[in-house]
Amino acid sequence: MKADNLTLKTLEPKNTSVSFKKTKTWAILAIALFFIILPRLGSQYVSYLILTFFGYAVALLGFNLLFGYTGLLSFGHALFLAMGAYTVAFFTSKFSIFPMEIILLVAIVVSAILAALIGAVCVQYIKIYFAMLTLAFGMLFYSFLIKFYYVTGGDEGMRVLRPYLLGYELSAIPKMQFLMGGYYYYALVVLTIATWVMWKIVSSPFGLCLMAIRDNPEKATYLGVDVKRYRWYAFIISGAYSAVGGVLLAPVIGQVDPTLTYWTHSGTLVFMTLLGGFTNFLGPMLGGLIYIFLQDKVMSLTTYWRFIFGAILAFLVIVAPGGVAGVISSLVKKGRRGI
Amino acid sequence: MILSASDLRKYYGEFCALDGVSFQINEGEFVSIIGPNGAGKTTLINVLTGLLTPNTGKVFYKDREITGIGPEKLSKLGVARSFQLVNIFPNFTVLEFLMVAIVSRLGKGTNFYSSLLRNQEVTGEALEVAKLFGLEEKKNVLAKNLPQGDKKLLDVASAFALQPEVILLDEPTSGVSTSEKNKIMEILVSASKEIGIKSIIQVEHDMDIVFSFSDRIIAMHQGKILADATPQEIEKNEEVVCTVLGQKECFKIFSTLLKR
Repeated sequence: MKADNLTLKTLEPKNTSVSFKKTKTWAILAIALFFIILPRLGSQYVSYLILTFFGYAVALLGFNLLFGYTGLLSFGHALFLAMGAYTVAFFTSKFSIFPMEIILLVAIVVSAILAALIGAVCVQYIKIYFAMLTLAFGMLFYSFLIKFYYVTGGDEGMRVLRPYLLGYELSAIPKMQFLMGGYYYYALVVLTIATWVMWKIVSSPFGLCLMAIRDNPEKATYLGVDVKRYRWYAFIISGAYSAVGGVLLAPVIGQVDPTLTYWTHSGTLVFMTLLGGFTNFLGPMLGGLIYIFLQDKVMSLTTYWRFIFGAILAFLVIVAPGGVAGVISSLVKKGRRGI
Repeated sequence: MILSASDLRKYYGEFCALDGVSFQINEGEFVSIIGPNGAGKTTLINVLTGLLTPNTGKVFYKDREITGIGPEKLSKLGVARSFQLVNIFPNFTVLEFLMVAIVSRLGKGTNFYSSLLRNQEVTGEALEVAKLFGLEEKKNVLAKNLPQGDKKLLDVASAFALQPEVILLDEPTSGVSTSEKNKIMEILVSASKEIGIKSIIQVEHDMDIVFSFSDRIIAMHQGKILADATPQEIEKNEEVVCTVLGQKECFKIFSTLLKR
């Protein structure tokens, strides 16, 4: 597969047989069921990793709206993830406002405003200039978090206290029980809603316009698409999504610190997306899942895990630029042709 | 008068690409712009469609000044264009490609939350346009996999899907085999009638096409308009025929004249 042939499509594949659609529905149901019963099955540790995944999954949905659909590679997206996580920390440990729903709402609004401001500058540029600008804003936020330590706690960061879920205060129960019980399902529901909404966005007329911009911005302009405005909208949605991811992540890690917005963390989002495959709607999420488990495994084996991940990334870009999802879908295609 | 230009000048550094170009296009006209390479034809189209701002001079569309307004706003006013080189969304199917134009014309681009495929209005209209251009059988083919002639046609079709009043076509048949050229032109003319396009302006090198389809011909040379007249008058204008069309065309046209 050549790298320049890779692209993301949202419209339903043509001539899809009824049996294939049925298989798809069953597959989705099976995945949902798997996630629902997982905390009752396996080890707490696995469920804990899955919980981390839920946060990243939402952030990656947002990241790929910009990257896979609009053709803009943000190298500072961890900024918004950190925004979300710090919102939880501020609300719970500074303002003593605990309801998760309020925190989510505020995080969405604040990050959307921030993304609107940053995006207004960034979308004036494309390609490497866009990537570098987003990187710069991410690092600016990092410096802010470090320097304004009397507000942000500096490099030590801030503690995240346990939020209320649907109005229920769950501070009495042990931490793991809270995470594996109510919080796990709360995060799963948020992820499901986020996925559904993103699917609606990318299969809407707006989504079509974004892909048109990615494929050929000049032609899109001549067809009356306001390219910069649409890129800006995508940036805002993307930022808000990443913030929601950060909100979900914060109670799991229990402590927020400036490394959340450090450029290597933005790089992690890029890596996850490439690993899973940006040419597939679910690809980045799959990448996030594999990354989290792989990192856990490799880190326990060697301290040189970054070296191994670097090798994996190089291998991916050369051999399977479509990522794991790309490999799977080409296998599925082959299989269907074989029938 | 639907589109007019007055005293357009455009410089690329020292080089003068447009040197005082003025003309008017009337409703219902099919106008061809001809001239040798480097005469300023594409620059003129780029200035007319607001992609380039001229150094001096103005462009008007129905009494409204549109100089340098930019392609996106211009398309909403009712002026569209196609390109000399194939300009497509490579990874879009024919139908999706046309849907972009229709979504934009209907102002549905900021519709974030409705299913595109279930939108009968958009899909229906896209199919209509595909039919007009004989592309309905290839509606699910990716644009990059189409033959050259169909790519060209799709580029033009998407401009038509905007339902403009004026359309500017930059060499709609370049890079297409001679046998296909006439077919494309006939499709263009009948589709423009169907859609209600009032005026067509095209840049074209193929003189057979220019002389058989145009109501008027504007001949350019070194950034200036040499002649602006009907095909019959242009044919008789020796200076135009020989300087603008070049030796080969010069010989061709005179030999056909002699045969008559």
